[in-house]
Amino acid sequence: MDFNHTEERRMLADSLRRTLERGADWAELADLGVLGALFTEDEGGFGGDGFDLAVVFEELGRAGCVLPVLEAGLAGGLLADCGKTDLVEQIISGALRATLAYAEPGLRYDLGPISTTATNGTVSGRKSVVGGAEGAGLLIVTALHDGAVTLFSVDPKGPGVTLMTTPALNGGTVSEVTLDAAPATLLGNADTLEARLAAATLAVCADALGAMETAKAMTLDYLRTRTQFGVPIGKFQALQHRMADVAIDMEMARSAVINLAANLAADPRLRDRNVSAAKSLVGRVAHLVAEEAIQMHGGIAMTEEYALAPISRRLIAADHRFGDDDWHVQRFIALGA
Amino acid sequence: MDLNYTAEENAFRAEMRAFMKEKLPADVAAKVASGEPLAKADMDMWHARLNEQGYLAGPWPKEFGGGAWTAVQKHIFDEESAYFHAPRVVPFGVGMLAPVLQAFGSKEQQDYYLPRILSGEDWWCQGYSEPGAGSDLASLKTRAVRDGDHYIVNGQKTWTTLGQFANKIFCLVRTSTEGKPQQGISFLLIDMDTPGIEVRPIILIDGVHEVNEVWFTDVKVPVENLVGEENKGWTYAKYLLTHERTGIAGVGASQAALDALKSAARVEMNHGRPLIDDPLFAARMARLEIELMAMATTNLRVVAGADAGAAPGAESSMLKVKGSIIRQQINDLHRRAIGPWAVPFVSEDLEGNIYHPGPDYSARATNTYLNNRKISIYGGSNEVQRGIITKAILGL
Repeated sequence: MDFNHTEERRMLADSLRRTLERGADWAELADLGVLGALFTEDEGGFGGDGFDLAVVFEELGRAGCVLPVLEAGLAGGLLADCGKTDLVEQIISGALRATLAYAEPGLRYDLGPISTTATNGTVSGRKSVVGGAEGAGLLIVTALHDGAVTLFSVDPKGPGVTLMTTPALNGGTVSEVTLDAAPATLLGNADTLEARLAAATLAVCADALGAMETAKAMTLDYLRTRTQFGVPIGKFQALQHRMADVAIDMEMARSAVINLAANLAADPRLRDRNVSAAKSLVGRVAHLVAEEAIQMHGGIAMTEEYALAPISRRLIAADHRFGDDDWHVQRFIALGA
Repeated sequence: MDLNYTAEENAFRAEMRAFMKEKLPADVAAKVASGEPLAKADMDMWHARLNEQGYLAGPWPKEFGGGAWTAVQKHIFDEESAYFHAPRVVPFGVGMLAPVLQAFGSKEQQDYYLPRILSGEDWWCQGYSEPGAGSDLASLKTRAVRDGDHYIVNGQKTWTTLGQFANKIFCLVRTSTEGKPQQGISFLLIDMDTPGIEVRPIILIDGVHEVNEVWFTDVKVPVENLVGEENKGWTYAKYLLTHERTGIAGVGASQAALDALKSAARVEMNHGRPLIDDPLFAARMARLEIELMAMATTNLRVVAGADAGAAPGAESSMLKVKGSIIRQQINDLHRRAIGPWAVPFVSEDLEGNIYHPGPDYSARATNTYLNNRKISIYGGSNEVQRGIITKAILGL
C-alpha cells in the first residue's frame, strides 16, 4: 500500500503550482504538459489515469484557475473515443479549444432525455450551461440521430449557432447555446459519454479539494493574524474546534477523491458508485468549507476585493456541476448496495 | 396560555394588509421578492408612503409624533411587510438613531432631526465598525479631539450600509483613551458633506454595492452634534442594540423566503416530476419549515415578554443566532433547488448586465445565498451572540 503520488505526478504538480502562481495562460499550460496529462499514451498524451487528473485539477483549483481545462479534457476524451486523433493532438498542443454541450434546460443534472435532434447534416435544439463555449473553436453536441444519442461537431462561430454567455460562478464563462439547423459533422456514438463524465466529475472534485486547501490556508492565516479582544482570534476555542472539524472533513473529502481516482477505470457500476460517493461528499464538504471560511473571517470575506471571494464561489459552484449532493446520493442508492 | 392575537391586534393586521394591498407597487414588490437590489427611488417612495400613513413612526412614542406601537404590533407590521414583499424600512434613521435621540438627545436635537428623519430629508448611515474593530467594537480608534467649538475627527469606518445615499452619519468615536475602552467612546452626529469625508464603495461577494468605507481626515464637527454626554457613547450604542431587537429573528423574511422556495420547487422539474415531490428535497424543506414554526413562536414569546415589560436582553441573541441560521438554510436550499442554473452568475455591479438564462426564480438565488452569509456576521456575529448567551443566560 502506498498513498504517495508517483515522482512524475509530484513534479508535474509542483511545476504547475509554480506556473499558476505566476499567472499562466493557455499556451503555458499546454507547454507544461497539463493538457497532455489528461490523455493516455494511446490517445496521444502521457497520462489519462485517475490520479493524473486528480493531481492536475487539485492544482488548478488551488490556484483558482479559470481556464477551460476540464472542458478540454472532456471534449478531447470524446474526440479520442471517436478516433479523431488529429483533433486530440491539436487540443493537447493548445491550438484548439473544444467543449462539450450536452446538458439541456429542464433536465437539471439528468443526462436525458434530450430534445436536440440531428437531421440532414444539421443539429437543432438548445444546450444549457455550457462551460468555455465562448472562445472555443469546436463544440461537441449531443443530439438524437435515428433515435440514438450521437455526437456531432459544430463550429460555434458558424451559421445557426447563437451563444448567450454569462460569467460562471466558478470563474470563466457559461453559455446557453441555441442551435438552429446548425451544420454538424457526425463524430460517433455516445457510448463513452458516461465514462468521460465520470472523469470530468473527478476533475471537479479534485478542483474543489484544491480550492478547499486555499480557503483553509487563508482562514488559518487570518485566525493567526486577526486580533480582537487583544488576542489573535485563533486563540478562541470556539473557532479552533470548528477549524478542526473543517480539517477532518477535508481529509474525508480527499479520501473520497482517492477512492474515485482509483476506480475511474473500474467497471461502470463500481466506478459510478465511487463517482456519486465522491461528488456527494465533496459537494457537502466544499459547501461547509466555504461557509465556515467566510464566517470565521467575518466581514472581510464578504467582499469581492478579498481573494477568498472567487474561491468561495468556486466551492459553492462545485455542488452544481455534474450533479449535486442529493442527485448523487439518490444515484448511489439506485446503484445498489 | 393563549396563542391567539387579540381582536385589536387582528384589526391592526387587517389595517396593515389593506395598506400593503393599496400602496405597495407591484414592480417594487417583485424586486423585493426576487432579491434584486432596490433603487434609491424605490426606498424613498416606500419611506414616504409609510410616513404619509403614520406607519413610519409607528413604533415611536406618542410625544414624538409616533404611534406607540406595542412590540406585537411592530411584529405584525414586520410580518405583513415581509408577506407582501414590501421593502425593508431603511432602519438607520427611523429605527436606530431616533430611539437614541428620543432617550438621550437634547431638545434641540430632537426637534431638528426627528422630523427630518420622517420626511426623508436626512438619510442616515451608521459609523460603528472599523477595520480593526469588528466583533471587538469597543476597540474602535476613530478619534474626535475637542478644539474650541468643534471636534476634529480622524479615522476610518467600514461596512457602512447604503452610505452612498446618506447625507448624515452617526458615529462612535474615541474621545478618551483613559480607563476601559468602552469608557472613552462618544456618540457624534456628522454631516456627510463636511470637508474631509470620503466614501469608498465596497463590492460584496454577490457583486452588489451595498456597503462602504467612510474615511475622515480632519473633519470639523460642531460640539452641539454630540449626543448626550462625552464618553457615554457606549451606553447609547448598547441601548440602540437592545432596542428594537424583536425583529431580529427575521421570521417574516424567512417565511417569505420559504414561500418563494416552495413556489420554485413546484415548478422546477426533477427526473420528470416537480422537485417538491422529491422525497429527499421535500424532507429538507419540511425540516426547515418545522424549525421556522418553532422560531415564530420563540420570537412571539420574546415579543410578548417585551410588551409585558421585560427588556429583551440575551434572548435577542438566541433569536439572532437561530433566526439567521434558518434564513441562511432556506437560501441554501433555494440555491440547491435551482440546480445548474446556479452556475450562470450575473451581477450588475461587477459585469454591468443582468441577463440570466434561467427561470425567474433562479436569477437571483445564488446572489441572495451569498449575500445573506452576512446575516450571521453583522450586528454582532453569531460567535459574539453565543458568547452573550453563555454569560448572560447560562452563567458560565
